[in-house]
Amino acid sequence: MSYRIPGRGRVDHADPVRFTFDGKSLKGLRGDTLASALLANGIHLVGRSFKYHRPRGIVTAGSDDPNALVETSRDSGRFEPNTRATVQELRSGLAAESQNRFPTLEYDVGEVNNLLAPLFSAGFYYKTFMWPRNFWDKVYEPVIRRAAGLGRAPTEVDPDHYASRYAHVDVLVAGAGPAGIAAALAAARSGASVMLVDENSEIGGSLLSEPGVEIGGTPAWDWLADAAAELEALGVQVLPRTIAMGYYHQNMVGLCQRVTDHLDTVPANAPRERMWRVRAARVVLAQGAQEKPLVFDGNDRPGVMLAGAAQTFLNRFGVRVCDRGVVVTSHDSAYHAAFDLADAGAVIAAIVDTRSEIRDDLRSEARARGIEVLASHTVTGTKGRLRIKSVRVNPVASGRVLSPRTLFCDALLMSGGWTPALHLFSHTKGGLAWDAEAQTFLPDRKTENCEIAGAGRGLWGIGAALADGAKAGAEAAGALGREATTPEFDVTTDRAGTGRAHEELPTDRNPSRVRAFVDFQNDVTAKDIRLAVREGMRSIEHVKRYTTTGMATDQGKLSNINGLMIAADALGKTPPEVGLTTFRPPYTPTTFGAFAGYHRGAHFEVTRKTPIDPWAEAHGAVFEPVAQWRRARYFPQGEEDMDAAVERECRATRASVGIFDASTLGKIEVTGPDAVEFMNRVYTNPWTKLAPGKLRYGVLLGDDGYVRDDGVIGRISEHQFHVTTTTGGAARVLNTMEDYLQTEWPDLDVWLTSTTEQWAVVALNGPNARKVLEPLVEGLDISNAAFPMMSVADCTVAGLPARLFRLSFTGELGYEINVPARHGLALWEALMTAGAPHGITPYGTESMHLLRAEKGFIIVGQDTDGTVSPQDAGLGWALGSKKADFIGMRGLQRPDLVAKGRKQLVGLLTEDGAVKLEEGAQITAERDAPLPRAMIGHVTSSYRSPALGRSIAMALVKDGHDRMGEIVYIPMENEVIAARIASANFYDPDGGRAKA
Amino acid sequence: MLLIHCPYCDETLPEAEFAYAGEAHVSRAAVPSEVTDEVWRDFLFYRSNVRGPHYERWRHVYGCGRFFNAVRDTVSDRFLTTYEAGAPKPALTDLEGQK
Repeated sequence: MSYRIPGRGRVDHADPVRFTFDGKSLKGLRGDTLASALLANGIHLVGRSFKYHRPRGIVTAGSDDPNALVETSRDSGRFEPNTRATVQELRSGLAAESQNRFPTLEYDVGEVNNLLAPLFSAGFYYKTFMWPRNFWDKVYEPVIRRAAGLGRAPTEVDPDHYASRYAHVDVLVAGAGPAGIAAALAAARSGASVMLVDENSEIGGSLLSEPGVEIGGTPAWDWLADAAAELEALGVQVLPRTIAMGYYHQNMVGLCQRVTDHLDTVPANAPRERMWRVRAARVVLAQGAQEKPLVFDGNDRPGVMLAGAAQTFLNRFGVRVCDRGVVVTSHDSAYHAAFDLADAGAVIAAIVDTRSEIRDDLRSEARARGIEVLASHTVTGTKGRLRIKSVRVNPVASGRVLSPRTLFCDALLMSGGWTPALHLFSHTKGGLAWDAEAQTFLPDRKTENCEIAGAGRGLWGIGAALADGAKAGAEAAGALGREATTPEFDVTTDRAGTGRAHEELPTDRNPSRVRAFVDFQNDVTAKDIRLAVREGMRSIEHVKRYTTTGMATDQGKLSNINGLMIAADALGKTPPEVGLTTFRPPYTPTTFGAFAGYHRGAHFEVTRKTPIDPWAEAHGAVFEPVAQWRRARYFPQGEEDMDAAVERECRATRASVGIFDASTLGKIEVTGPDAVEFMNRVYTNPWTKLAPGKLRYGVLLGDDGYVRDDGVIGRISEHQFHVTTTTGGAARVLNTMEDYLQTEWPDLDVWLTSTTEQWAVVALNGPNARKVLEPLVEGLDISNAAFPMMSVADCTVAGLPARLFRLSFTGELGYEINVPARHGLALWEALMTAGAPHGITPYGTESMHLLRAEKGFIIVGQDTDGTVSPQDAGLGWALGSKKADFIGMRGLQRPDLVAKGRKQLVGLLTEDGAVKLEEGAQITAERDAPLPRAMIGHVTSSYRSPALGRSIAMALVKDGHDRMGEIVYIPMENEVIAARIASANFYDPDGGRAKA
Repeated sequence: MLLIHCPYCDETLPEAEFAYAGEAHVSRAAVPSEVTDEVWRDFLFYRSNVRGPHYERWRHVYGCGRFFNAVRDTVSDRFLTTYEAGAPKPALTDLEGQK
């Protein structure tokens, strides 16, 4: 049967829209939300709760609904869990499924949790998931985690894309109810640029639910149409379906705009959502207020709904939510919901008011409609498995709950009063003040350039909202130096009211059997909050985390004040003494897509590629990310796996010649009259006597004495150094250099220039490296005598201008050829051609790592970890001990750095050379000492060495340099591996090959 | 996102152009080898960690590249002033009006 009232509301009765819910085909109208369309079909039951799997229905008509979460899909890729049915607009073909139930919404086996409720008390997770140990991964994780989830995650890649945009405006108005519209009009009339945003599909806010109001003699909806036309004429940017989800520093507001979710078909290339970052000179917060539930036994049954929501469904969507309703309230506003429903043909069995004094006009209006008003009453229970059937009410006299009576109904409309939406204001750390009379928190001390208008600061009624909004808009414009006037509004049939706040309602029942819900989605009851207080929680932040109240997807919009009232009562304090938990962005659940915007897939992060990258890709390289670079890791041939490819690459390099793209190395040009002095102060090594044309391996420390970076540095001329850094450390090293140069030694005449991307670098290594290179070089004699190890010179290679380094990171005869980046690929191809007769073999970073490990050369960040001194790393020889100062020199004298017992870098050879250690494995001195066994170090690098025909490793071991030859132990899951400490210089220890 | 005034560019620009660089006015000894372990420890590790106005360094890293100093209230996250590196430390009493 249909609960739609023909012709009523703002839906288009001439435009039916078909959709499905749990596979059943249903009809709604254009302009419906999914929630209003379901209610029009008489469906209240839409889901199961998180913990107890209790049947749940639609509670609100807005984005704060805790229960009406469903899965929605458009096609297989467009699937979303936890869509709020009260927000999702109806579109043709929308497929919605209920969540958290198996096998069906009506018969859910998880409902057994409801019977086990006494086991799931507050702090359940903290009390339960502890012992025995073997339950951790076998029971708790798989079973309880699966049972606890809310909705299913999508399995396919999201086919939609998401946009982002920046905007700058004079005045941003958040919320387009009467206050927001009046503010936007007042500001825009003064000539200010204004943006007006609202989460609903159209502007109007409470006016959409109050068509009976007249403003200046004009019916509300006509006034609204006029206002919309004027806003457009004034050039106000009006963004419906746009939620102001976060208020950040200096008036930056984050907006999330829904672009396509309401459309029957998605236009090609349209983004699904758009994230706006708006910087506004002034912000007007006109977000209105949220209605609170009342807390009583069975207040979560489908059919129990906020009275204001019922009014919205009736007036905005033309849906009567019940045939026979009961209203329970502590606020005047629910009377109007009752009257509107009665006027629309529903029976209102009674208005149950917790208060003793009721306004005469409300009493007489109720009497005129034949509605019984029960003052000084409480609700003590409801009945009905999948939909409310009856409600139990009792009179309260002198604090005593008297005998009950039962009222039959198919809906219970509740109102615990209204609380201002303080969220955005709280994002700014704005101060709140407790209004003892209204029993609510109100915005107080401001930290940003904003005004708060209307119900958001506790002013009730359309007339008050309009007047206050206009005043806020005019003030915002005035603050920007504009002349603004504040119009007057003559509002008739306004229905403002007052009420009171409650803890849970009094009851005559056994308190241990009462299930009065505070947080519906997380199944937190009033009893849970009182238990948390009894178990020692004093801060509201602890109560929140212990009980999970306010941690549901509505983020406490319905539950925070009720939870606070109960906690305050249990603690014997006033609500302001207890205080509210912190509101944080986002205001409503926001998709990851909207936050990510364009930053997804290949655009998630910059991928830096070298000039030689296209060759590597064309030749089947397997890549790995290093810092932001993608680097060729190895070049598999045929069916080779990584180990096979790396072994081949390493053998070829040691036997003949290998070629490696080293372009990602960081490069910094240090020039100026004081360049050598600067280098002396920055790097540990002495630089004064390094002649132009020579290279030196440099070590960079922090002022704490620990190794930060290293690299080979060439002196190009008296006043020019070519510094290389690690690939990942380039930006950090330049930053450190700039820092000391600008702030510690501003007197030095030095210029620093990053040249990382200006040079392409190709490394040639192997006994045949010179044979390959020599015929290509012009302008330089590269014979061993003329161009020995650690030389640098400018020359021409393959007709390209080049800077040639002779150095070795492999232990073989080696060169690094630097050419301007644009020539990198040409150089590489020329060397490949020239090297073909020698079987030149490209190798990647994996082989590079292995070849250097065979020599015991460190990789900063792998073999060091920020607590390793140069002496620890075996680099004591690189310290210019005669220098007066360098970064880290004083740090090296710190007591901890000169003490015994430091972890030092050594080589490790497993007793069984076929066994390879795990990098990161811990090391012990004794094989079978009782647990817990002292760890004396860990493995930093480990490989199978083709050159040595066995495994090798490097490790940081306590006093390692004094333990040469000792056996240590590496305990693994199923075995203990014995290894001997050795020099890490495993291959060609005297270095003859590199100098040949 | 904060807006930060670069004293070298003399422009107020988005935080994304800047990088935080630690507490300001922590001076490195002119001759580090002459200072005690305690002085060097304090230079390396001891920071004021104030609740309220904090003297700190920023770098306009995606702009002019210069390091400069700022006073920022760590409670409100509001900048009270920014000034060039090497300039004297402004007194808090002079900044109250700008709060």
